[in-house]
Amino acid sequence: MNLKSLLTRLGPFLGLLLVIALFSLSPEVRGYFLTYANFKIILTQTVIVAIGALGMTLIIVSGGIDLSVGSSIAFTSVVGALLIQLGWPTAAVVLAVVAAGAGIGLLNGVAIAGLRMMPFIITLGMLGVVRGAAKWLAANETVNYDTSVINRWMTTPDPFSRALPAGAWVALVAAAGTAVLLRQTVFGRHVFALGSNEATARLCGVATVRTKILIYAAAGAFFGLAGLMQLSRLRQGDPTVAVGLELDIIAAVIIGGASLSGGVGTVLGSMIGALIMAVLRNGSQQMGWPTYFQEIIIGVVIIAAVFLDRLRQARSA
Amino acid sequence: MTPPRLRLSGLRRAFGATQALRDVSLEIAAGEVHAVVGENGAGKSTLMNILSGALRPDGGAIALDGAAYAPRDTLEARRRGIAMIHQELSLAPHLSAWENIMLGAEPQRGGWLRRREAQARARAALDRLGHGHLELARPAGRFSMAEQQIIEIARALRTEPRVLIMDEPTSSLAQADTERLFAVIRQLRDRGVSVIYISHFLEEVQRVADRYTVLKDGQSVGSGRLAETSLPQLVRLMVGRDVTELYPARVPRPGRPVLAAAGLQAGPRLTGADLTVAEGEIVGVAGLVGAGRTELVRALFGLERCAGGVVTLAGRVVTGQSPRASWRDGLGFLSENRKEEGLMLSLSVAENTALPKLGHFGRLGWIQRGRLAAAAQTGMDRLGIKARDPAQRVGELSGGNQQKVALARLLEYPARIFLLDEPTRGIDVGSKAQIYELVAGLAREGRAVVLVSSYLPELFGLCDRIAVMRRGALVDCRARGEWTEASLLAAAVGTTA
Repeated sequence: MNLKSLLTRLGPFLGLLLVIALFSLSPEVRGYFLTYANFKIILTQTVIVAIGALGMTLIIVSGGIDLSVGSSIAFTSVVGALLIQLGWPTAAVVLAVVAAGAGIGLLNGVAIAGLRMMPFIITLGMLGVVRGAAKWLAANETVNYDTSVINRWMTTPDPFSRALPAGAWVALVAAAGTAVLLRQTVFGRHVFALGSNEATARLCGVATVRTKILIYAAAGAFFGLAGLMQLSRLRQGDPTVAVGLELDIIAAVIIGGASLSGGVGTVLGSMIGALIMAVLRNGSQQMGWPTYFQEIIIGVVIIAAVFLDRLRQARSA
Repeated sequence: MTPPRLRLSGLRRAFGATQALRDVSLEIAAGEVHAVVGENGAGKSTLMNILSGALRPDGGAIALDGAAYAPRDTLEARRRGIAMIHQELSLAPHLSAWENIMLGAEPQRGGWLRRREAQARARAALDRLGHGHLELARPAGRFSMAEQQIIEIARALRTEPRVLIMDEPTSSLAQADTERLFAVIRQLRDRGVSVIYISHFLEEVQRVADRYTVLKDGQSVGSGRLAETSLPQLVRLMVGRDVTELYPARVPRPGRPVLAAAGLQAGPRLTGADLTVAEGEIVGVAGLVGAGRTELVRALFGLERCAGGVVTLAGRVVTGQSPRASWRDGLGFLSENRKEEGLMLSLSVAENTALPKLGHFGRLGWIQRGRLAAAAQTGMDRLGIKARDPAQRVGELSGGNQQKVALARLLEYPARIFLLDEPTRGIDVGSKAQIYELVAGLAREGRAVVLVSSYLPELFGLCDRIAVMRRGALVDCRARGEWTEASLLAAAVGTTA
């Protein structure tokens, strides 16, 4: 392996180190920023975007896009809250919430692959449909419930302990699973083939319609899982939560080195992309920067990441 | 007596009111290379789509090794042993060579990819083609065009096909790679594979194929052994009339030099070129694919950033000016890639023709559609473009007619200096003859033409002088009579003859 391909692989990782180094420059911030406690906070804050980014990686690698993620997360968290209200056992709630996400993804996939429509248009439409459905289901207010085990998944009993919350482990295991799925299974390689050249995939006898539907459904299941974590964090079902979160998730995947035109992307990259976003948010808060400044910085980072990626590809071509 | 490998009888297929195939019959033996030739629109692609399972015939019968053959889809066609290599390379550029070769037929166990076995089978397929040295793990997009084609053939071979259909396989290959491909084809033939070879290059057909069938207007109008058929005979069958002179007679009368390049450099592919073109002159540019011919004309037009050297237009230095400025100065450029660069396929004939001077058709910024259509109609008449009307989308036209629309744009402007990059690539003989006539006519009117071509007969038939490029440098430029095909090829590959 030569230096260039090493750099290509480590690109997002170097970006993460750079961002961490940036916030460590100021001595008074460094004192807290570089502690394990803060690292734990960052990890916990990354969980929802990271799980969403797993689904989005599948979709973007296959050459698609999903804009309805924020709405899906809100919808599934409302579903979860309602089921807890109804007294369903936790395992059933988890299954139902993930299934609800997969169901939305299935609808997306069927519309995109079956009706041969642009993913952008379909999921833009679904962004509205699902958000509306979430508000309808929740009667336009937050859904509260007494208590549930689920509430404990995004925190640890002792906030100062070194243990990580369950949600972080779920994200890690899900990431490892997705990486194996993309690399080691025929389905995973077909995801890449679809994004690289859909016509060729069809020509070679790949079941493109079925594969696409599966991709959106599987991604939807991840968004359902993210909805569950959202529910755990808020401890209530809120139909107005996660507005615009799909943009953070897409940004994480793109910063992680995936190409919006498909065929390129890795799970590790997307996870680092999600971490970079979380570190930026966390670091900006520590520096005492106002939120509008954070928004500007994150926007600039997205553009810079894609620009660097383009430079890298132009050089290797 | 054993039945032929493939027998087609009375094949018919209509698209709406258009009868694409009326009566096609042909026979192909096992281990035979069979050329199917014909002008664009003669029904070749319809026929191949039927054979490869993408279309179903309205009538007629196909027998494969004596058994009835009527595939429901391409998958079934492949299972029965008929595979097709399409004209446009169809690889997934991000996937590795082995993944492309095994795509859609990955060895698996319960959904898990059996990587080792897949790689071994891909390696075996490449070995059989004599290209076992190709790096299996490299993304397909990083191979040369010729290597990508080998990968595609390897993919077709993984199913041990009985019939391999190749549609214009050499259209993007350089001479040396074409030779290597022919060696592969002969090897397949010797192993008993029947190859159906579709090409516009009749000289190639004559060299690689054993027998031929000519299609014209959806009918098979003749077939026979190529060894017993001359080129003019073939052309007569294809066109239905004698094309006595494919290349118009010309009396070169070069005027004063108008465009000159000295030591022109641009990027890694163009390292040094000196070239002058005079009014009324046609200068050809020959060379292998990748020799820098395209980069030369692109640099002249301002589409490549010049790293060194000087371009002068009638004595005025214009090095590195923008394409917009080049248009203004009367330069016209025809891209070799009409689908991706040359034309806007989703826009009309009129809009494609008028784009460089759209402003001329406006009043205070409003386009006057009537004038636009009238001007396009003039161009359509002059070039014999077969389109419903100027409002028809260019993407709906045949390749030859698309190319004429691209040329009509240069005429409409009007350009005084024509930079034509592969103007006859992938178009039928009839359209070629018309384009040759047009180019000769331009020279007669005193316009200057630079013609880049990979097709030697057309360079020899049309040009006054021919320049040869090799590895980014323009190595020689002589009058047409001072070259032979052999000496020109020798200059292009760098050996002395």
